[in-house]
Amino acid sequence: MMDPRSDRDKSPELGSVPVIRTELSRQDFLGAVKARFGIGRMSYKVSPGLYGAGRPGPSSPVLVSANYKLSFDSLRRELGNLDAWILVLDTKGINVWCAAGKGTFGTEELVRRIEETRLNRVVSHRGLIVPQLGAPGVAAHEVTKHTHFKVVYGPVRAADIKKFLDAGMKATPEMRRVRFTLKDRFVLTALELTNPFKYLVLITAVLWVLSLLGLHLLSWKGLYPYLGAILIGGFIVPVLLPWIPGRAFAWKGWLLGIIWAAFVNISQGLLPLTAASWERPAAHFFLLPAISAFLAMGFTGSSTYTSLSGVLKEMRYAMPVILGSASVGIVFLAITLFRGL
Amino acid sequence: MKEHRHLKNVATLAYDPDKCSGCGMCVEVCPHAVFFVEDKKAQIRDRDVCMECGACAKNCPSAAISVRPGVGCAWAILLSEIKGRGAPSCD
Repeated sequence: MMDPRSDRDKSPELGSVPVIRTELSRQDFLGAVKARFGIGRMSYKVSPGLYGAGRPGPSSPVLVSANYKLSFDSLRRELGNLDAWILVLDTKGINVWCAAGKGTFGTEELVRRIEETRLNRVVSHRGLIVPQLGAPGVAAHEVTKHTHFKVVYGPVRAADIKKFLDAGMKATPEMRRVRFTLKDRFVLTALELTNPFKYLVLITAVLWVLSLLGLHLLSWKGLYPYLGAILIGGFIVPVLLPWIPGRAFAWKGWLLGIIWAAFVNISQGLLPLTAASWERPAAHFFLLPAISAFLAMGFTGSSTYTSLSGVLKEMRYAMPVILGSASVGIVFLAITLFRGL
Repeated sequence: MKEHRHLKNVATLAYDPDKCSGCGMCVEVCPHAVFFVEDKKAQIRDRDVCMECGACAKNCPSAAISVRPGVGCAWAILLSEIKGRGAPSCD
């Protein structure tokens, strides 16, 4: 567990409350890159409790955050020379939005932290700024009932926190909206691709060992159509999301997948189909769109606008098609590979 | 920028205007601006952009809103199907 209190010896302390810096170090940056790529992400935490930024006093605002270090860092780096308190909840190292969905960033934990840190003696006011994305877990009126602190929901993005405070704790409608920009999707796809590529490396290794044993299954021509399908479902569809016609993610993946299959078959001279070698192009037509549809469907979890009901409905239609199409494709691929022996 | 849209007519969002006190908490917490307040009552602008996060229902002091909250994540749904227990979550 990371402890930002290691900054303690360099900053003056306020009573027993540790003071943190508002600029990120090189170590924080490297840690962020690692966590983004899933290295040690589940243990990238800070200790829950009360922290001070700048030289906070009894009238300084109290900002609530999660104990995922990336959440905590994205808040503190926006504070600059602002004097504020940060109340870190124990969300088991999960970000605010996901933890709120689970309820670990929730009413109960917030009430407990307020009491444990004796916040009512630290500040003279009775206001708490909770990130808006914490709202699925926090019932503002319940918090007030139990602690007499009034919850004001801050902006969605920590980057707007100063503007929010300057405006007298008022958020513009724009600050309240979750976005899902090209840049957001670009960053998220890096994460989405990490997993399929792990498997791909494994499969390639197995094929390579087999080819050493005399089974020549590994060829660039045989492999790149599948690499392309993974890239389409895991990267191209997410990035181009709003511009691909249709609404269901799996459909968008299937559409680009079938276009890719046609392109592959034409460029490999496999069209029109011939009685002698129809299995390979058929395998492409059935397998490639199934792969890209499946991976594109997985991106629903990274998106910021799909509902449980929506994804359930999408899966009810998409899963049988994907499984059926993939099964047929695998049979054709197997025939192709056995013919090749 | 264009508003992202997933499937139509699926959200479980239900709202009873008779119970609404017009406090505006739903407007404050909704990340997709589903609600607005007019004539001291919350109104639904567009229920098809609801992602069922549950923030509005949780923060409505007069219990005028209900929604089945959950994660709109295909992996989570698949995993919960395979494990055969519990609601889909990000675990």
